[in-house]
Amino acid sequence: MSVLILTDGSDASRQALTLARRFGDPVHAVHMDAVAPFAPDSLAAILQQVADELNAAAVFAAGTDRGNEVMARLAARAGLPLAANCVAVTPGAPAALTRLRWGGSLLEEARLHSPRPLITVAPHTVSIEDGPEPIDVDVARFVEELDERDLLVRASDHVAPQNGGVSLTTAKVIVSGGRGVGSKEGFAIIEELAGLLGAAVGCSRAVTSAGWRPHSDQVGQTGTKVAPEVYIACGISGATQHMAGLKGAKRILAINSDPQAPLMLNADYTVTGDLKEVVPAITAEIRKRT
Amino acid sequence: MRISACIKRVPITGGRILLTEDARAINTQHLGFTMSPHEECGVEEAVRLIEANKGDSVVLTLGPREAVEQLRDAMALGVDRGIHLQTDGREWDGEATATALVDAIRADEADHGRFDIIFFGNESADSGGFQVGIRVAYALGRACVTGLKKVTLQGASVRCEQEVEAGRDVYVVPLPAVLTVKEGLNLPRYPSVPGRMRARSKPVSVVTPIRPDPRLELVSLAVPAGQGRRAESLGSGAAAAPAVVELLRKAGVL
Repeated sequence: MSVLILTDGSDASRQALTLARRFGDPVHAVHMDAVAPFAPDSLAAILQQVADELNAAAVFAAGTDRGNEVMARLAARAGLPLAANCVAVTPGAPAALTRLRWGGSLLEEARLHSPRPLITVAPHTVSIEDGPEPIDVDVARFVEELDERDLLVRASDHVAPQNGGVSLTTAKVIVSGGRGVGSKEGFAIIEELAGLLGAAVGCSRAVTSAGWRPHSDQVGQTGTKVAPEVYIACGISGATQHMAGLKGAKRILAINSDPQAPLMLNADYTVTGDLKEVVPAITAEIRKRT
Repeated sequence: MRISACIKRVPITGGRILLTEDARAINTQHLGFTMSPHEECGVEEAVRLIEANKGDSVVLTLGPREAVEQLRDAMALGVDRGIHLQTDGREWDGEATATALVDAIRADEADHGRFDIIFFGNESADSGGFQVGIRVAYALGRACVTGLKKVTLQGASVRCEQEVEAGRDVYVVPLPAVLTVKEGLNLPRYPSVPGRMRARSKPVSVVTPIRPDPRLELVSLAVPAGQGRRAESLGSGAAAAPAVVELLRKAGVL
């Protein structure tokens, strides 16, 4: 029995493909850019028709924003349940799966009771395995027959990102501040160190809620997920909301006056002390050496 | 203009998640509760739209008896009234939640007129299903745009900015619409004391939908392994600075 996958060719899609192969053979693929500009209802309509024609055993996609969005639309129109952000799946009736909750801070074991499992795979959680490449579905005839209603929601313009500073998502180093920084002005020492390191400035949710930094600086479950070589957390307690954004960080250095703060217990390196003394001292030490 | 916002009661998990003995839920004995962060921005946006355009705002939640606290929180920010789809506290999957919300929204619209916009969070903080808003939109036959960081009314349409990897994609869709939003859309106001007082006397209607067997059925929860790295202390206070710089050098970032 065949399986269908919605793919954008990324590693996240290849991870989804790895799990999709367990549900049948061959795997057929519909590409995310089958309808351009992006029109999620159209993609969902195409997936539904292709899945019906192939009698697909399951439909997979990466658990990216777009993958989850299109699959939810497919689920709604097909009247089927959707399991988002899975990390492991076993076919069967019901299918058994493990999925992320709380941005990855909890794992859920679940059963999916569905004649056609719809599954998205959480990015960066599955090792890519080699196997037969998927067969591209010729979508031309489905695109031609799209209903106008399915083109109502369509990206019609693009706003470029605002330039300024180092991007959190690509930064090699991030210097991040939490409630312990104390005020908007308190970030001056964080910015100074970040400037010296060519680092991005980050912050916790407490900081954006207080209005000290813009939301675009927030690292965490409802902010940006980061993957730097070094993450320097200054005065951040380390709530699960924040830790959910740090899963990709190679090394975490926590600076906190409370040695029992969750982030101090979850870091690779710690400095116990007042960030208002420690951060300027690091800045001075770097200046001294260069 | 009529606007509604749908919210979900979730625990404030703090630093470490503890599970109940049967591992089917978070042990919330010592935890406070809130609405999911994305939804707070949906509520704030609903209040701002009604302040600017006049009309009527409604907040809906599906959850246990105590979820009325989150309805009151939303009303303290300025929402006019609440609808509580009361449950016995068991987990509802996204499909069942959406179905119950659609029934409640239809009933309210039959009495008071159509909602121009229904706000949802892009995904809930806890179960993260990424689907309830989309399912509701589909059942009501309305346009749905997801993951929004900016919403602007343009006559009978709404201009939406969706966060994507490089910048934002723009959508313009006709009203009525269902919009799922992300934190950062706005900075929600802090509820004032008079706002909290007023919220106490605002009306909340209660319905008790029947829970269908979930098709995405939670079996158990687990805290992933690998939490609690073994931290190496680089010292304390300013004296630790040389060790930090050494670490940065070794990591190849200096």
